[in-house]
Amino acid sequence: MALINQAIKYEDPSEVKPPVTSIGIIGWVKKNLFDTWFNSILTLLAIFILWKTVPPFIKWAFVDSLWYSTGAECHKAGGACWSVISKNLRFMIFGFYPHDLQWRPLLAMIMLIGLLFYSRNRNRWNKSLVYAWITGLFVMGLLMRGGLFGLASVETTQWGGLPLTLLLAIFGLTAAYPLGILLALGRQSKLRIIKTLCIIYIELIRGVPLISLLFMSSVVFPLFLPHGVTVNAILRAQAAIIMFTAAYIAEVVRGGLQGMSRGQYEAAESLGLNYYQTMRLVILPQALKIVIPPSVSILISAFKDTSLVVIIALYDLLKTTQSVLSDPKWMGFSAEAYIFIAMIYFLCCFFMSNYSRRLERELNTSN
Amino acid sequence: MRLFKLLFISAMVLVFGFSGMASAGTLDDVKAKGFIQAGVNGDLFGFGKPDEKGIWRGLDVDTARAVAAAVFGDASKVKFTPLTAKTRFTALQSGEIDILTRNCTVTLTRDTALGLDFCQVNYYDGQGFLVPKKMGLKSAYQLDGATVCVLPGTTTEMNVADFFRSNSMKMKPVVIENTAELAKAFFAGRCDCLTSDASQLAGTRSVSPNPDDYVILPEIISKEPLAPAVRHGDNQWKDIVNWAILATINAEELGITSKNVDEMLKSKDPIIQRFLGVSPGNGQALGLDEKFAYNIIKQVGNYGEIFERNVGVNTPLGIERGLNALWTKGGLMYSPPFK
Repeated sequence: MALINQAIKYEDPSEVKPPVTSIGIIGWVKKNLFDTWFNSILTLLAIFILWKTVPPFIKWAFVDSLWYSTGAECHKAGGACWSVISKNLRFMIFGFYPHDLQWRPLLAMIMLIGLLFYSRNRNRWNKSLVYAWITGLFVMGLLMRGGLFGLASVETTQWGGLPLTLLLAIFGLTAAYPLGILLALGRQSKLRIIKTLCIIYIELIRGVPLISLLFMSSVVFPLFLPHGVTVNAILRAQAAIIMFTAAYIAEVVRGGLQGMSRGQYEAAESLGLNYYQTMRLVILPQALKIVIPPSVSILISAFKDTSLVVIIALYDLLKTTQSVLSDPKWMGFSAEAYIFIAMIYFLCCFFMSNYSRRLERELNTSN
Repeated sequence: MRLFKLLFISAMVLVFGFSGMASAGTLDDVKAKGFIQAGVNGDLFGFGKPDEKGIWRGLDVDTARAVAAAVFGDASKVKFTPLTAKTRFTALQSGEIDILTRNCTVTLTRDTALGLDFCQVNYYDGQGFLVPKKMGLKSAYQLDGATVCVLPGTTTEMNVADFFRSNSMKMKPVVIENTAELAKAFFAGRCDCLTSDASQLAGTRSVSPNPDDYVILPEIISKEPLAPAVRHGDNQWKDIVNWAILATINAEELGITSKNVDEMLKSKDPIIQRFLGVSPGNGQALGLDEKFAYNIIKQVGNYGEIFERNVGVNTPLGIERGLNALWTKGGLMYSPPFK
């Protein structure tokens, strides 16, 4: 009698647990990795590849690696030579900036990152933030260039490494964006001359690769200047980057403008708004919101494109790294050095794309 | 409209604020701005490359320093612009730099068509081959059908193609843009031989995982006299650069080094007295201080010292003097008399 009772109790559906093979980790594995024979093969193959690659990589990168040694010791050891970074870090990050003064670009970069982080929150976007940026940029410029308030002067030719990359990227992107918007508006304009000029500009610039623009600015342009007049190399590269990025931004923004329905323009007109007010208050806020994802992907690729200044011998982050690698002591450890700078680039780009997704969420008013 | 004018003018001021105006003579310009702007390689160990602290090192760098010592009596009054193989000549033509010391091979077309003047050669190089020992090669003439690792865009690529064609041999070039990557590809076995200037082969060999596995073949297939260049037509400036380099060679001939130059000032030898400016004449003729040679030797050293410091047997490059020895020791370094 007791046995029967027990049996009945066990069959109570609310009490019965599923078999161990279909819950927990085993259940998940069975359901997701081994549900059909084809998936099982793929899973086994993936495990095999991971098993073949991950342990050797860990052995190379961490177990056999050297973190602070001379180049000669590295050549003897079999593992990764992170010493190429630790021993040359200051040159890789700061380039030719005088060794004793490198706290100045470091401080400038910290300020920049601080300001960027502070400005992440849109509630803080007001006039005082604009002033904070203006003062911040001025102080950063002062720190980099010196020559005032007892700071020793440092020529722009001695700027290099990460500060140069950030300088080219941030000024390039912030100047290119408004210029791109103007070009997009110009291309939509009813005034024929403005429209033609904008179309010519956009199509000409988009028709050539950035490398050729950089070459033009560094090789051809100086020959047109009167003899003895030279323009700073960084400024020339910066101008090329701005011109290039602006043309692409312009086309993206034009896409957003064309996505606006006719009714929006008419509504603005019927309220008596002039062209400037229509654009500023009605059209652009909506159009720019639509094009956040494509414009951020252009900004990200423009950020990475700044590394092309290598070919005109500006010592940005990539070039200082290559310079270190051309030293016979450190020749052959390119993988380690490139992994390091890839991580720096990734961090910056990841920050940008993450932030753009956040902006999109915050600005989403469609529901 | 006024706003636009104002913006335009301030933009022009900004642009030209970064620049300097130059007049006819490079010497006057250089003296006016207080330093020499020299174009250098930037990536070439032993010739022009910054060290870990960002301080420029190399034979070409020291050549530029010697010119600064001659002009200002101070070898530190020189600033360096790193240049690529493609941007180097424009930088000189446009006046961005005053002197190009960037391991440039002297050729006829460069001397004439590019509006340059080459000065005294500061390094005699030539192109050779590095091969794995296990291939058992004795001569470059046995390289028929080989895959050849080579840098693009330089005289190197052309020389090797000429060499194979003129000896009716076949080659498969493997072209890689960057010296370090090129060496890596060679050590990984992607090509049978690596060709480059002989000055670089020794250095490349020394960084291989096992240097004894590689040999440099005896044939040198090209002449590569490397010399500084200045703008065409500025004869005084060219004279100064020429005689600054010759001063380093002459000092080695006379046995004057940076260490003993002060004692040499007291020498009774009229040749040394004239050279170091104890008895005047040379400096004035060049438009320089009478002590220009003394300043070069004191601050930069003689040619032998410069060579050994940057590329000699005790550096990672470990290059023998060879063609760059004095003419009295079987090399090509020969200075006309300083009088």
